[in-house]
This record gives sequence, C-alpha cells and structure tokens, in this order.
Amino acid sequence: MTDRPGAPTRRGFLKAGLAGGGALVAGKAAAEGPDPVIPDPLITETQPWAQMWGDGVDVTPYGLPIDYESDVIRRNVDWLTADTISSVNFTPIHALDGTITPQGCAFERHHSGAIDLPKEDYRLMINGLVETPLIFTYADLERFPRVNHTYFLECAANSGMEWAGAQLNGAQFTHGMIHNMEYSGVPLRTLLQEAGVRPEGKWVYVEGADASSNGRSIPLEKALDDCLVAFKANGEALRKEHGYPVRLCVPGWEGNMWIKWLRRVEVTTEAVESREETSKYTDTLADGTSRKWTWAMDAKSVITAPSPQAPITHGPGPLVITGLAWSGRGAIERVDVSLDGGANWQTARLARPGQRMALTRFYLDIDWDGSEMLLQSRAMDETGYVQPTKTALREIRGLNSVYHNNGIQTWWVKTSGEAENVEVS
Amino acid sequence: MSKSRNLPAAALLLAFAGPVQAGDFGLGRPALPEEIAAWDLDVAPDGQGLPEGSGSVEDGEEIFSANCAICHGEFAEGVDNYPKLAGGEGTLDRDDPVKTVGSYWPYLSTVWDYVHRSMPFGAAQVLTVDEVYAVTAYILYSNYLVDDDFVLSNENFLEVALPNAEGFIVDDRETTELPRFSQPPCMTDCKPEVEITMRAAVLDVTPEGAAAN
Repeated sequence: MTDRPGAPTRRGFLKAGLAGGGALVAGKAAAEGPDPVIPDPLITETQPWAQMWGDGVDVTPYGLPIDYESDVIRRNVDWLTADTISSVNFTPIHALDGTITPQGCAFERHHSGAIDLPKEDYRLMINGLVETPLIFTYADLERFPRVNHTYFLECAANSGMEWAGAQLNGAQFTHGMIHNMEYSGVPLRTLLQEAGVRPEGKWVYVEGADASSNGRSIPLEKALDDCLVAFKANGEALRKEHGYPVRLCVPGWEGNMWIKWLRRVEVTTEAVESREETSKYTDTLADGTSRKWTWAMDAKSVITAPSPQAPITHGPGPLVITGLAWSGRGAIERVDVSLDGGANWQTARLARPGQRMALTRFYLDIDWDGSEMLLQSRAMDETGYVQPTKTALREIRGLNSVYHNNGIQTWWVKTSGEAENVEVS
Repeated sequence: MSKSRNLPAAALLLAFAGPVQAGDFGLGRPALPEEIAAWDLDVAPDGQGLPEGSGSVEDGEEIFSANCAICHGEFAEGVDNYPKLAGGEGTLDRDDPVKTVGSYWPYLSTVWDYVHRSMPFGAAQVLTVDEVYAVTAYILYSNYLVDDDFVLSNENFLEVALPNAEGFIVDDRETTELPRFSQPPCMTDCKPEVEITMRAAVLDVTPEGAAAN
C-alpha cells in the first residue's frame, strides 16, 4: 500500500476529507494522530505509565476487560419480548475478532431466567428405554473419558426480526444471537451406552433443571453421533447463564436444543412434540403450513466490520473488511464479498481453514477510495451450499418463518464511513 | 460403585445384585422409581405419560382466573406482550398470523405437559394434576373447542383433536432448498442495477447508544 503520509495518494485523502465534512476529519485525527510535522507529545513527553507503577498481581484475581472496552457488552432489545426473564440478548460481534467468543459477553437466551445450580446439587438422569436408568453426579461426569470441540451455537431466531425487512441497525442485533466456544465434556453417546439403549429407542428427550425445562426431542442417531455433555467452555467452567454446571451441545443444530442445566435424558420411541418443538421453533410458510424439526442451521455469514456499530473512522486507503461465516452442515470452504450489493464478488481470505460446525473468520483487505459501498458476504460450505439472498429465501418461505433466516446481509457504507442496515434489489 | 467390567464376573454379581449394567465404566447408580416419577413428567401426543385425573371447564375458569389471567387475560386472549392462548383461527396464511393453542398448536398433550411443568411463569410446578386437567379444559373452552360443561380426563384426552393437528410438515429443506442453493454462484455482472429498497435507520427501533462511536 502507498497510502501513507507524504505518499502521492495522501493528497486525494485530504481532498476527500474536506469534501466529506466533519465526521471524516474527526476520523482522520483519531486514526492517524496529530499533524505529522509537529513532534508528538505522547512520544516526546514522558508519560506516567512509563514512570510509575501499574497494578500489582494481587489486584485482579479474576479480571474484566479494561474500561476503554466498555462498549463491548451484551445488549438487549426491550421491545422484542414481554420481559427479560424469557428473553434474549446479543453478542457484540461487531467488536470481536477471531472466532472464540469471550464467555462474559456471549449471548444469553433463557425461558425462565439464568438459574443458580451448584455442582453438589447437580444430578443427571438417564431413563426411558434403557437397560438401567442411571443417576450421575457432577463428579461422576468428570470421570468419563473427555473430548474437546469448538462449536457455534446460533439461536434459531438469529436475524429473525429481519424477515420482514431491515429493522435493527447493527450486526450485534441482526446477527448476535450466536457464540462460539471450545467445549470440554463427555460424548452423550458414552452416557447412553453406560445406561444401555434398548433397540426400541429411536429418540432422546432432553430437558433442563430450570422451570421452563426447555424439553426437546433429538433423534437417537444425532444423540449417538456428536452430541456433547459439556461442563467446560473456553477452558473454564460454564458460566451460570450458559448452563452451569452442565449443558448439552448439539453441533450445527439450532441453539434451542442445546439444553442448559441439563438434568434428564430420556430414550423414547417417538418425539415428545414438546412446546419448544410445536408452538415454538416451527417455521410457518406462506400457505399457513409450518415446518417442524428444522434442526440444522444453514450456511450463513455477516460482515462484522465495517458495520453500523463499527463505522470506518480512518478515511480512504487501506481497509480491513472482516466477518464471520458458519454452517451447521459442515465446514465453511469459501466466503465471497461484494462491494456493490451483489453485482460483483471477490473471494475473501479465511483466517484459518473452516472447522465443522464452528465460526470461521474471513478478511478482505481493500484500498477504499471513499465512495459508497453496499457490502455483502456470501458463505459456501463443504456440501456445496451457497448462502442465499433474503429474497431467494422469501420466495420459498414467505415472511413468517420467524426462525432460520440465513439470508445475505447488506451494509450501506456511506462516504462518511458510517454504515447502515439496508436491503437491496 | 463396583460395577467396573474389570472385576471378575462372580465378584460383580456378588457386589451388585441389581440389573446388569450395559456400560463400561461403572459410573453413576441406578435411578430409583420415585426419582424417575419425580422428574419424568413429559406427555407425548399418544397420551404416554398422562397421569390419572380430571378437571372441568368450570373449575378451570376459576384456577385460570387466579393463576394465569394476570398475563394471559381472563379469556386467554393475552395481556400486553404476553402470549395469547386463544383466538387467531384462520390467520396462519396471513401477513401477521396469530398463533395460539387453538389456531396453531398440533397436540393437546403439549398444553397439558407444558402447563404442568412450566406454568405459571415464575411459580412453576404448583398446579396439581387435576388442576392441570381443569386449566387445559378451560383453554379448550376459550378456543371454542368444547362446551362449558366439558370435563377433561385421562380417559377422554385422546378424543380431543386440535384444529391445526395436520398443519405441520417435517423439515423439507433437503428437497425444496438445498438443490436450488447448491449451484455455483455468479461472480461478475450478476445484476444490471442495485437499488436500496429498505433502510433500518428509517424504522429507527435500534436501542440508543448501541453504536461504538
């Protein structure tokens, strides 16, 4: 890149700064510091942090982010639900990078609040069509052979408010019902084998210890394949609000099935058809019929920056476009990015090869000329599935599916660097 | 526990007189019948799990008024943003469908099961079996599905069919969507023109102070 102070293209930048008005000029100062011909006092004057002590190692036994990062927090939208107990909040994906979600700002979705369940009081029951119904304590679970896997958990309703059109102005709100953690735990298969599944068993019904119970039916095939009874996430115990001390991971499948505070697994012949798989988490089509058991989360992506909460503040020149892609049907193989609303595409760079059922970070490094852009990203997974447009989804499903909106997102980046959630033709 | 497979078979029999374990690790212990009864409450569409009992619309109205109406309304019509349990018949193919027990739910078993286990909101698992039958009967009545002298019991439970029982299909994305969305994508000159058709900022419903700058 040649766009640095003194280089020929800098004149173009200054001109753009004048034309763009206040926002861009302020952005320039923030990004490039003070005038390059005057010595910078942050360098020429000795700063207090270069002279005096910082905090001792006993000040913060368990740390929180530095104050300057105080905007990187969960947010809720109060008009979405009747109360905050059966509700949802949103991960600040616009401000994160990489793929691992810090647990402290990873989104929450409860149906009767985040309960406080000590390990000593924890019990897991396996019953139904098994040779021996069993009770496990938390200590028992820690004695089974353990595995580690990184998976995304996406709420079935992520982007659901956008079915009818562009509503919420920020990637946190449109795409933030998601987190991605490295889980440690015991395969559900191991526990089911310990109880001995009878041949008549075709489903498992899983439920939590909270008042909502959140009971869901899972085909036995999936339960014996990759479901994980997890007690650690990102290296430490699960957070209370994420199911402490034990939750279920159902890789690639809608977040509602990832039962928190897991207390019972029942082997059955049929699906229970519980409230969370009849009244909720069923997807109504235009003709009034509804899909049920829409378990897998299809390939999806979003540009996290620039985005409405993460505007461009540095003016034209080098710009990192970055975002996340994921698929519940396997690994992400490719992400394309469009700067012009889907007319033309270029293939972005994956930070690391895609992992199955996990978030994948992508980057596209461009030289922004300061003109308007309509940014889109388009994920492709290992099955060959290409993330559809919202229009393409609506042609099949109508507007009332509520769940499973994996349509392509558009951000309108203006000359000021600000971005807005829009839909395009 | 002493059910490890490393023990000789004879020692296992001596040490453990209960059912033979299928597992390899000998961890956990058999669940007792009382424990299973306390936690295994789910009721399936075929009536499996339904306990003996009964309740009338008349009793249900009283119980509903005392325990449920503050959020769901005296006639199960819903208060504020809290769920409507009745109404909305024939709206599922409209722009703004109203999804209730009467208009949307496929199975009465789900009503019984969910009310029994998780309602009232904030004080779940306080209703007796007969009270749950009564509340379920009242919800049916509120949806004009039974008369006011109806009594619901485990005996007649399966005779009640909800209007939208046939309204659900199993996920069909594999045939209706995956083939269509698995074609090589267009890379250049994919559309003649691009216009902005909708803007979130015009709607302006995003929480204040959400932007980083």
